[in-house]
Amino acid sequence: MEATKSLKKNSNSGEKLYKFFIYLVLILLAVSIVVPVAWVFMASIKENSEFYGNPWALPAGFYWQNFVDAWTKASMGDYMLNSVIVTALSLVILLVVALPASYCLSRFKFVTSKFLNTMFMAGLFINVNYIVVPIFLMLRDGDTWLKNVFGNGFLLNNIVVLSIVYAATALPFTIYLLSGYFATLAHDYEEAAYIDGAGYGRTMISIIFPMAQPSIVTIILFNFLSFWNEYIISMTLMSSANGPKTLPVGLLNLMQAQQSAADYGPQYAGLVLVMLPTLILYICVQKKLIQGMTVGGLKG
Amino acid sequence: MEKNKARSRFIVLCVAPAVILFLIFMVYPTLNVFRMSLFERGAYSPTETFVGFNNFKSLVSDAYFIRAMQNTILLIVVVTIITFAFALVFAGILTREKVRGKELLRVIFYIPNILSIVVISGIFSAIYKPENGMLNSILSLFAGHQVTTLWKGENLVMLSLIIAMVWQAIGYYMVMYMASMAAVPQSLYESAGLDGAGRVKQFFQITIPLIWTNIRTTLTFFIISTINMAFLFVKAMTSGGPNGASEVALSYMYGQKDAGLYGYSMAIGVVIFLFSFILSALVNKVTKRTPLEF
Repeated sequence: MEATKSLKKNSNSGEKLYKFFIYLVLILLAVSIVVPVAWVFMASIKENSEFYGNPWALPAGFYWQNFVDAWTKASMGDYMLNSVIVTALSLVILLVVALPASYCLSRFKFVTSKFLNTMFMAGLFINVNYIVVPIFLMLRDGDTWLKNVFGNGFLLNNIVVLSIVYAATALPFTIYLLSGYFATLAHDYEEAAYIDGAGYGRTMISIIFPMAQPSIVTIILFNFLSFWNEYIISMTLMSSANGPKTLPVGLLNLMQAQQSAADYGPQYAGLVLVMLPTLILYICVQKKLIQGMTVGGLKG
Repeated sequence: MEKNKARSRFIVLCVAPAVILFLIFMVYPTLNVFRMSLFERGAYSPTETFVGFNNFKSLVSDAYFIRAMQNTILLIVVVTIITFAFALVFAGILTREKVRGKELLRVIFYIPNILSIVVISGIFSAIYKPENGMLNSILSLFAGHQVTTLWKGENLVMLSLIIAMVWQAIGYYMVMYMASMAAVPQSLYESAGLDGAGRVKQFFQITIPLIWTNIRTTLTFFIISTINMAFLFVKAMTSGGPNGASEVALSYMYGQKDAGLYGYSMAIGVVIFLFSFILSALVNKVTKRTPLEF
């Protein structure tokens, strides 16, 4: 009797220890994520002299000048505009190209449909950064050719070309996700529309696409994040010193320049400028994003 | 007949743009990686001379390349093991136990995944800064004197990269596994509990086997993406330095491109391509189990 009682008590305190341990580890992990991010926000309003003291000291005041310097002197304002254009344009191109293609590939059987489906699936395994060098050389050779024929090349240092490359390299994953969704729809929808006299195009645009809205939102969210955050392709295809740059590349240059100049404020202001849009978006749509991710299953 | 024609025209119109973009920007460059690895190409002229397997021959004796491959393999092995172990255990805890603030934790853990690698590199530069850095200042507190560890120095740079990469990846996989673990029926755990199976046993004998298919797919993709992630981190955080100590396969390939050695760069590209395919095929084979239904 006594023995079982003490055993029960023992396992109870073990249980408590276990719970305590769980909370400790979870909170430690959460802190290790939140604190560095919050620290950058705090550092972005510190004056340069404050960076030589205790890194955990609260900022003396709101030193707005860091943001002004980053925005104008380091051209982050221009880069922000470029990033907005590139991201929006890539998303538009991607949707216009991928939606009809996924619809046809998943719902029509034609001579090459099986081959094309396999081809796009294989594309999932090709990482863009594996092929960035040949893409760069292809565009540079194209520029050389254009220069010889027309006297002017426009393929490199061009945000429109960058957007097309982004959209093209996002195709396999997007088509994979969308086809997966379209394949689940019943064929009755189309048959009813055909009977009512709607053509193929009309059926696709006004019957099928509206139904795919949740998938389209998922695709926009994911690709927004990957286009906005991408920097290797952008850095390679827009390498000219005076040419346009996207925000992450501008930030990378700023960080490398400030490293030697020991002018820390604008660097952290730049960090805030790059991550703020994604954080705001995340806060607004985090439920949807996490749901979409688990539906999508995998990401390269 | 007329209807058939309209159908074909519609299909071609829909599929052609995607196929054309895919061929130009993915298939052609991929084939070019393999073709160009057999050629020597001038830095500024598009003339190419065929050199056979010479580029590959020089690769074998290139100490920098061998180090870059070693670093890549080290990162793949260590980052994968740590990330998956932590993600699975945390996901298991968060789905099985009554933890307060579960939703908030989930939201927080996912944050690193939405940040640009450039931003993460900037954050970690602030953490690793030798003087007045976040990490060293905390260590100083415990040590009682000023700690000035060079986290990005030659000895510790790989460890620093591993920490940053795990920090970035862990939340994504945790959230993913939480979703699949939530689908495991509660009754299985209840009957296992009645049979006297403890938490650890339940985790290894119920949770892991039942979500094995999911683990397997994510593992394969994670390994491929680590080759790429390592490059993104190295390029933004260390540029391969100091003295090539943190060079990885893709960053070495990119560096050779900057040096104008395109043929050589693409030979490295071929090695990376083959390496990642063989590795994922291998992982796929090794992890093969008969899927369990529930």
